[in-house]
Amino acid sequence: MADLNELKYTYSLRLGDDAWILSHRLSEWCSNGPFLEEDLALTNLALDLIGRAQGFYKYAAELEGKGKTEDDLAYRRNERQYFNHLLVEMPNGNFADTIARQLYVSVFEYYFFNELKNSSDETFAALAAKTLKEVKYHMAHAVDWTIRLGDGTEESHWKMQRALDSLWMYTGELFEMDEVDNELLQQCIAVDVIALKAKWQEHIERVLKQATLKQAEDAYMQTGSRKGIHTEHLGHMLGDMQYLQRAYPDAKW
Amino acid sequence: MDHQNTVVRPNEERLSKFEEHVGEGKAVEPRDWMPEEYRSHLVRQMSQHAHSEVIGMQPEGNWITRAPSIRAKQILLAKIQDEGGHGLYLYSAAETLGISRVEMIEQLQTGKAKYSNIFNYPSLTWADIGAIGWLVDGAAIVNQVSLQRTSYGPYSRAMVRICKEESFHQRQGYEIMANMMNGTADQKEMAQDAMNRWWWPSLMMFGPHDGESPHSANAFKWKIKRHSNDELRQKFIDKTVQQAEVIGLTIPDPDLKWNEEKGHYDHGEIDWDEFYRVIRGNGPLNKQRIAHHVKAHEEGAWVREAAEAYKTKQAQKYN
Repeated sequence: MADLNELKYTYSLRLGDDAWILSHRLSEWCSNGPFLEEDLALTNLALDLIGRAQGFYKYAAELEGKGKTEDDLAYRRNERQYFNHLLVEMPNGNFADTIARQLYVSVFEYYFFNELKNSSDETFAALAAKTLKEVKYHMAHAVDWTIRLGDGTEESHWKMQRALDSLWMYTGELFEMDEVDNELLQQCIAVDVIALKAKWQEHIERVLKQATLKQAEDAYMQTGSRKGIHTEHLGHMLGDMQYLQRAYPDAKW
Repeated sequence: MDHQNTVVRPNEERLSKFEEHVGEGKAVEPRDWMPEEYRSHLVRQMSQHAHSEVIGMQPEGNWITRAPSIRAKQILLAKIQDEGGHGLYLYSAAETLGISRVEMIEQLQTGKAKYSNIFNYPSLTWADIGAIGWLVDGAAIVNQVSLQRTSYGPYSRAMVRICKEESFHQRQGYEIMANMMNGTADQKEMAQDAMNRWWWPSLMMFGPHDGESPHSANAFKWKIKRHSNDELRQKFIDKTVQQAEVIGLTIPDPDLKWNEEKGHYDHGEIDWDEFYRVIRGNGPLNKQRIAHHVKAHEEGAWVREAAEAYKTKQAQKYN
């Protein structure tokens, strides 16, 4: 059995990666939003997520105890060393694609952090309590837009349905448990995500019904991120993100 | 004749009352009577100001995904968000003069309304993010501090709020430059290169020399404007030269020197051909900036339509 700190390090790193990668995607909306208020709303979400990533990376660096900083973790790893869910690295696409991604993720995170705030690990519990406040807003934003787009025009309805359907195959991963989760669950540190699945599904169904949209049909669920196997999209994102850190390894910014 | 007099006289009276009111340093509010020229001058200036904030999101946005640290990314994103927020207040403030945001956006996209020339230059390296914050926001602050006392109430109040945030931005920009000047040889070179490229365009932000500024006369009389372009430019130069020296940056102007007698820096002549060339649409990125704005606007049309359609449906449901 791995050392407890090592397990917690991996757990914290994964949570940091989810926030960091999604924040990057959302930040790409800057100056590209459908109108100014929404441009600001999307980058607001990104800012919350950057703050969250920083918290989990900092804790991971501490647990690892090798003198690394949160920036080392964010900027100095390779494609195979990131453990975010595939869903959060999916490109922004059109506004409906982004909203569908936000809906799936934020409803999941709402239930997830609601549990993690009871973690027996104080740092996880504190980070989760802070995150939960932000996630409630993220979820409200995603739900409102899902309803508006679903029940808006024919075009928006169709675009929203297509977005929900095409991202569906990346949602299975949210409810996977591996040895890290299981070991930590036994110590009441981690969340039992399998137990969240029914609530999540029910919540999504309720929103979709109100939005006059259909639940996506069951499909084969993609997997791999917990082992560092990603889509092709991640490498490009890292190429951009890490450019300065890699090109000038001795520089401090 | 009599009939004509009754029409004309109230306007003349109102004009002299208006000028007296403004002359006493009092604010003009949206419901007050104002000369048409005053209104149109403000619509032009405020919408241009709002558009500058919004178009200014692009050169900085160009580096968000490549910001070199978590903190740098956070600061940059928050800064750009502030700029967008400034755009929003200014659009709302301009709307009090009877123009809609839709009209203003259309004027921007068709080239009828301008935005600050500076944003037609490219942000090529990370040091440009420092230079924009320090020099461009620094120049904007000098101008905006002066506008805090502009005669139109909503504009002046928007400026008070905006100035507080801008001074943060300027410090953050300066910090980026200072860190780089304290860093590796590559970083120093990058910082000096950004300085060389942004210095002159920053000076141009204050507009032409006083004698050649087309909209100045009434703007002074009605206290929309309180300081001349050259006066504000000089203020910016005087404070910035010292800041550059502190961190070891060289100002790219061989004629720059302290003038003991005047108590100001003398500086070399600005390349006004370049200034007018960029204003006329031939700067490096004029076309790209507008094309980007148009593209985002057009791609978002279906979203705005959906939100409207949903609102209408809901209203029908509850009526």
